[in-house]
Amino acid sequence: MNRQAQAAVLFLLGASLLHAGATDLSLRYVKAGLRPLLLAAGTVLVAAAVATVWYERRNPAPRHHEPRVSWLLLLPVLALILVAPPALGSYSAMRTGTALQQPPAYAPLPAGDPVRLGVADYAARAVYDDGRSLRDRRVKITGFVALDRAGTPYLVRIALNCCAADGLPVKIGLTGRTPPVLQPDAWLEVTGTYTARRTKDPVNGGPIPFLDVTTARPVPEPADPYDESWNS
Amino acid sequence: MADTATEAAPRPDERAGPPDPEGWHLSSPLVLTVTLLLLLLAQAPIRRALSAPVMQSWMTVFVAVVVQALPFLVLGVLLSAAVAVFVPPSVFARALPARPAAAVPVAGLAGAVVPGCECASVPVAGALMRRGVTPAAALAFLLSAPAINPIVLTATAVAFPGEPEMVLARFVASLVVACVMGWLWQRLGRTDWLRPPARPSYEGQGRGAAFWGSVRHDVMHAGGFLVIGAMAAATLKAVVPEQWLRAAADHPVVAVLALAVLAVLLSICSEADAFVAASLTQFSPTARLAFLVVGPMVDLKLFAMQAGTFGRAFALRFAPATFGVAVALAALTGAVLL
Repeated sequence: MNRQAQAAVLFLLGASLLHAGATDLSLRYVKAGLRPLLLAAGTVLVAAAVATVWYERRNPAPRHHEPRVSWLLLLPVLALILVAPPALGSYSAMRTGTALQQPPAYAPLPAGDPVRLGVADYAARAVYDDGRSLRDRRVKITGFVALDRAGTPYLVRIALNCCAADGLPVKIGLTGRTPPVLQPDAWLEVTGTYTARRTKDPVNGGPIPFLDVTTARPVPEPADPYDESWNS
Repeated sequence: MADTATEAAPRPDERAGPPDPEGWHLSSPLVLTVTLLLLLLAQAPIRRALSAPVMQSWMTVFVAVVVQALPFLVLGVLLSAAVAVFVPPSVFARALPARPAAAVPVAGLAGAVVPGCECASVPVAGALMRRGVTPAAALAFLLSAPAINPIVLTATAVAFPGEPEMVLARFVASLVVACVMGWLWQRLGRTDWLRPPARPSYEGQGRGAAFWGSVRHDVMHAGGFLVIGAMAAATLKAVVPEQWLRAAADHPVVAVLALAVLAVLLSICSEADAFVAASLTQFSPTARLAFLVVGPMVDLKLFAMQAGTFGRAFALRFAPATFGVAVALAALTGAVLL
């Protein structure tokens, strides 16, 4: 790969980082906190491309080729620009065990009826607090649908700490008045009440609480599809 | 520009075309343009082929690992270029003890103050060696920097609430492994295993040209190997079922080895690995400590980057030795502290 091709690859790589960081595209792959770093890295890569061309024009260097492995840098560029794969969904969720962890404390439920809760927040209160703080309250939860082999629907949110490679699902089983037809990966806003029913995740034996659904309505995928409450 | 790059063409079949009577050569910018145009035209069939859930999941993890690691790689590359161009070698001679045996722990502790993950430390360690730092000390820095810096230790404390001994165990075990590997290299290492990071000399160029030349060179080298590591990690995450892990968790020795191997295969950024370790609840604390100690020092993406920076002969010896020392010391530390 000669200098001009290297400059082109650096530019494409920097431009795709800038593109991903400036739009919500990056939120499918990494946590929101990395955005400024993505923009800074993209700027540096574009600057390196410009500098390479600039110094090459002023003072053409003797032939010095970088190894062929450098061509692989085109793969993430193509994946980001041409394909832009979706955020992790039901396929990963059903292959990975629920990552529910016991929180150190339970804040009192905020006011409101129904009260809006995250998937992990509801699951932790239901499992580790035996639903004490959830009794007699209607809750509203947003997540995507995943179906196990038996067809039981789950509402899932994938918790992220840094990037999708460390994303782990937290699952809630849906019972009661669930919609008759559920598509995996469809996003739902579910309203319901606490139920004592529980099951064990077949993958890692982790606890999965259930929610007694009263209404469910389809919603568009949120800008940030992951639950980032763990790293705040 | 008459500069030709037939040897750098990505596919052999394109190079095997009929020789042009005019002596016209296939240059890499041309190959690049043609490849991009072809892929743009074939966009729809490519998308269809990639729409299977397992392929989508693979691509998502692959892109995520690369996108997440690139900012830190760029940071390390900038630091490395700054060290190479703006810091005179005498600074390191004064900062580090003259005796290599004493320089190793100092360099290991210095890793605690450089925030970043393992992608940043490879180019920086290469730059330190070129600036005359003894390889043993630079290697101790290479191993300790991604494991014991404040960001990583804070993340560990957050991931293991109420278990400060896990943070302490991670710090102690990682630092000791880094020092042991530094001393081992000093005793047993041979300089001919370590290919001095080759690069064109920047003497006689302006500082700007030298700086950006170093940045370009490091990104092209380490970046390509980062992509290989990301592909391996994505394959593991998307294809290997998690149930296999459960079987390993029941046996104490197998559990430690299984999580150590998993850390190598997953190649997670050291700033995030504590959360993954915390979620592996079916494993013993010692096994999870092994995951935390091995991961930042040996993994697929690091191995590929080390092979690219220091040479394959080095990486083939250094990575397995580090793996063995890290597993043994993590088990020992876990037995004492956890």
